[in-house]
Amino acid sequence: MARTAIPGRLTWRAATVTAVRDETPTARTLTLDVPGWPGHLAGQHVDVRLTAPDGYSAQRSYSLASASPTVELTVQVLADGEVSPYLGTAVKPGDQLELRGPVGGWFVWRPTDPAPVLLVAGGSGIVPLMAMIRTRAAAGSRTPFRLVHSARTPADALYATELARRTRDDAGLDVHHVWSRTAGRLTVATLNTHGWPPDFAPACYVCGPTGFVEAAADMLVALGHSPRLVKTERFGGTP
Amino acid sequence: MAIVSPGFHGRRRADPDLPPGQYLTTDFPVLSAGPTPRVPADRWQFTVTTETGAATTWTWADLTAMPARDVTVDIHCVTKWSKLGTTWRGVPVSAFLEDVDTAADYAMAHSYGGYTTNLPLDDLLDDQAWVAYRYDGDDITPEHGGPVRLLVPHLYFWKSAKWLRGLTLMLEDSPGFWETAGYHDYGDPWREQRYQGD
Repeated sequence: MARTAIPGRLTWRAATVTAVRDETPTARTLTLDVPGWPGHLAGQHVDVRLTAPDGYSAQRSYSLASASPTVELTVQVLADGEVSPYLGTAVKPGDQLELRGPVGGWFVWRPTDPAPVLLVAGGSGIVPLMAMIRTRAAAGSRTPFRLVHSARTPADALYATELARRTRDDAGLDVHHVWSRTAGRLTVATLNTHGWPPDFAPACYVCGPTGFVEAAADMLVALGHSPRLVKTERFGGTP
Repeated sequence: MAIVSPGFHGRRRADPDLPPGQYLTTDFPVLSAGPTPRVPADRWQFTVTTETGAATTWTWADLTAMPARDVTVDIHCVTKWSKLGTTWRGVPVSAFLEDVDTAADYAMAHSYGGYTTNLPLDDLLDDQAWVAYRYDGDDITPEHGGPVRLLVPHLYFWKSAKWLRGLTLMLEDSPGFWETAGYHDYGDPWREQRYQGD
């Protein structure tokens, strides 16, 4: 098991929204200015705290979508959510919120890791995996990357335009989409065709809703991947 | 530092049953770091190992023959969800320690699949911790840690190791899996001990 010491206390920092961009009709990316940000690893997350005028506060965790040192969060709006509708529709440039992190030393990819990488994303579970793709590009890494991304329809797919550009420009990155509304759920055959052979001992990162992650991780193990090389993270959107 | 978001109102008022920073959920989210191990109950074993290496092992048949308790507890995940009034059946951890000769102050829980988490031994005694094998009136499913998981509801739920296979008693504290990755060594939700240094 990887050992990553994160010394010291994670303090709440003031973050200012500097830009907001729509990703899909129900998801937005917030770019944040966070003075003193220590940098992060691809795959880490942050805690966000919102405080209402009456003092009520709520916290949620969000994966970082960007390569360090840029701090970007992609928020999928859940209609009955408490925090995501505010971050995903109301917040605007100049607004402030509190943030602490980065958190998590397990579901991370480092450009110095030599193994080929298989990313398996379900829906908005692509967010921390996109941070890995962006970190790879920012570092000039040649590590072979394959992404299998399952989304309901092309209109639901986060980062589709950027991924199309990167597939063309980032040598060694392959992207395969599964449109689940028409093609059905992710299958073993798809992971077998668009993943890596287990003999290559790829580092596998699986992120998405629980059912998706359970199924995809089981398929990878059934295909012969060592469970030790399959890292999982649940990310179904947070309310 | 108090930054107020004028447009944010929140839906819920403070709930006295919720530790700080938690929100209420009625489903049962899953958090784990890798594929779910499938451990058939008839091959499950649980081993307590002391600081001198003395080991005692129980099987599924041993476990389910021991006096069990039905408990209703609130559970709090460090990822911010809390679930109230969950019902479990299990054997108190202290029942496995009665005949164990130890001077240890800490324990490392070990799981099938390689997961570990550290706890003070005192937090495993009395009516605080169980070796649980039923949830909500049924077998515990693999994704929720079945056939057998640790249940230590007064600490964040990552301390309630899924797929439990053993406890190693330790004279000194030592970080487990998430604790090594930046999470708190103790993990009291009421003191919001999420991360190292909290």
